[in-house]
Amino acid sequence: MELICPAGTPSSLRTAVDAGADAVYCGFRNETNARNFPGLNFSPPELAEGVAYAHRHGAKVLVAINTFPRAGAIGLWHQAVDDAVAAGADALILCDIGLMAYTVERHPNTRLHVSVQAAAANVDAIRFYVERFNAKRVVLPRVLSVPEIAAITRGTTCEVEVFVFGGLCVMAEGRCSLSSYATGLSPNMNGVCSPASHVAYEEMEGTVTSRLGGFTINKFGAGEPAAYPTLCKGRFRTELSTGYIFEDPVSLDAATLLPGLRDAGVTALKIEGRQRSRAYIENVVRSFREALSALDAGRSIPTGALRPMSEGQSNTLGAYRKTWR
Amino acid sequence: MKLRLGPVLYNWDPEAWRDFYFRIADEAPVDTVCVGEVVCSKRLPFVQDLVPEVVERLTAAGKAVVLSSLALVTLERERRQTASLMRDGDLLVEANDVTGLVHLAGRPHAVGPYVNVYNEATLAWLARNGARLVCLPPELPAASIAALASACPDVDLEIWSFGRVPLAISARCYHARLHKLTKDNCQFVCGKDPDGLAADTLDGQAFLSVNGVQTLSSTYANLIGSLAELASMGVTSCRLSPQTCDMVAVANAFRGVADGALDPAEGQHALARICGGISFSNGFLSGDAGVRYQADAIDRITGGPPEAIHGAGLVGG
Repeated sequence: MELICPAGTPSSLRTAVDAGADAVYCGFRNETNARNFPGLNFSPPELAEGVAYAHRHGAKVLVAINTFPRAGAIGLWHQAVDDAVAAGADALILCDIGLMAYTVERHPNTRLHVSVQAAAANVDAIRFYVERFNAKRVVLPRVLSVPEIAAITRGTTCEVEVFVFGGLCVMAEGRCSLSSYATGLSPNMNGVCSPASHVAYEEMEGTVTSRLGGFTINKFGAGEPAAYPTLCKGRFRTELSTGYIFEDPVSLDAATLLPGLRDAGVTALKIEGRQRSRAYIENVVRSFREALSALDAGRSIPTGALRPMSEGQSNTLGAYRKTWR
Repeated sequence: MKLRLGPVLYNWDPEAWRDFYFRIADEAPVDTVCVGEVVCSKRLPFVQDLVPEVVERLTAAGKAVVLSSLALVTLERERRQTASLMRDGDLLVEANDVTGLVHLAGRPHAVGPYVNVYNEATLAWLARNGARLVCLPPELPAASIAALASACPDVDLEIWSFGRVPLAISARCYHARLHKLTKDNCQFVCGKDPDGLAADTLDGQAFLSVNGVQTLSSTYANLIGSLAELASMGVTSCRLSPQTCDMVAVANAFRGVADGALDPAEGQHALARICGGISFSNGFLSGDAGVRYQADAIDRITGGPPEAIHGAGLVGG
């Protein structure tokens, strides 16, 4: 299985390649990608340099252009596609139907991957992208169990990539407007979720309240670490109970599932976290490279080494375990 | 402006579900009615047998009927159901996921609000594939709506105009989770909340609404004050999404304002009365936070802020 690693900056890209990534994914410094955060991402010349570095070391670069182009302003997204191809990208990760059509028409030899933001969760949805846009790989949304993934790989010729580590969307990706409901800014349109520009913390009598767009997302008592107010990982009140009604502040770690994912026919394993530090990327990539080496050699996979890297210090297998639902 | 009644998104008692559509058929001034389970395939068996009589009653009343498909298709059983819905019928089908598009290619069909249509290239592609009616994602701002309408004037463009706004869909059932049940053994507890389960902030502020695997806004979208503006942009249909309030009265208010028989401010007042204490939202239209509500029409007649009107006036912070 290939190891697909995040890079938010040119130096992270080199770090990921040096730590054993088979491929690195990254995006341009604008709203064309779903990690449109200040201080992150690549200019076209930086991307070209990154591609050259990766290729010299036997790694690939996949460019994520995975927001939905704004009506009347599609030119920005077309430019991103053209720039990525010119920089020598090994594949483009796309979610928008119109942008896929453009890419196939203008750059028929460019390899197209279906972004997780397209939420293609079954073989008919995947078939749509394969037949219409010659997609070579699909990144599956984080809504499927391992047996369901196995059924999908049996039912399609398309390569399958799955997330194994990092931040976890609780909702089907690319189908969520929670962030824009509270702030006006969404992953689909702006490449941000629960943006820092709309976050506020307030401390009163030992209680820290985190807010997003003015809405209280969580409250923390003394000694409790105040987590970032990602909307779907907040505490809310219902008539039945109060708490993390959507998801606890956990992070995905599917390291223990690697044998099952391999047997399920998965082609590539993806690590989330383009917004993360170089130290984080080096640690996580190296750990997964070791785990994959162990798997290939028939040794047992070391567990728990990555735990301190996760947000909130606790992990989940997410939808890969059916009872998560 | 045509009025289209969206599918019931909630797990209503089957007889109440049927009677709702019968009353719509007999009394509501809507042009088209969408029927079908969009949220959770586990609910489908309850109403499936009632669909033919509902369709017959609606058709006899002169309504066009559209069959809506599931928004998130993960299980093999769901994939087969969706394929069958697409292939085996003579009614117009609304695809709520690209899953359906492979089966609908080359045939006239509708595309629902759960398919990501954000720009004119995607809209044009879908139109070439056979889409005649497209309900746009609720988070689209007016500038995008106008650009889409002018680029594809032949497509019947529909905007989410009334009812809680669908904000997210998941594989996880939050109703089951709140009742400490698994999704596989959910006991259909979502049926206890026919208008959604309120999920408020820890400060008690209304915020979201849970409907099984779906998360909606606590506010009802309300674009009745923007119908003229939407029509001038090229929007041809309004979607009214069923809630437990009097949907015939809602449709009458929208019909009245769309036809000029009712002043938009009178329409606002009517909706505020019909919806009781529910707050409204229309912020997505102006590119603001979706929760916000600007009630210009109300301001004009009362000379005061929208808080003065019962049923209106949520300010998101």
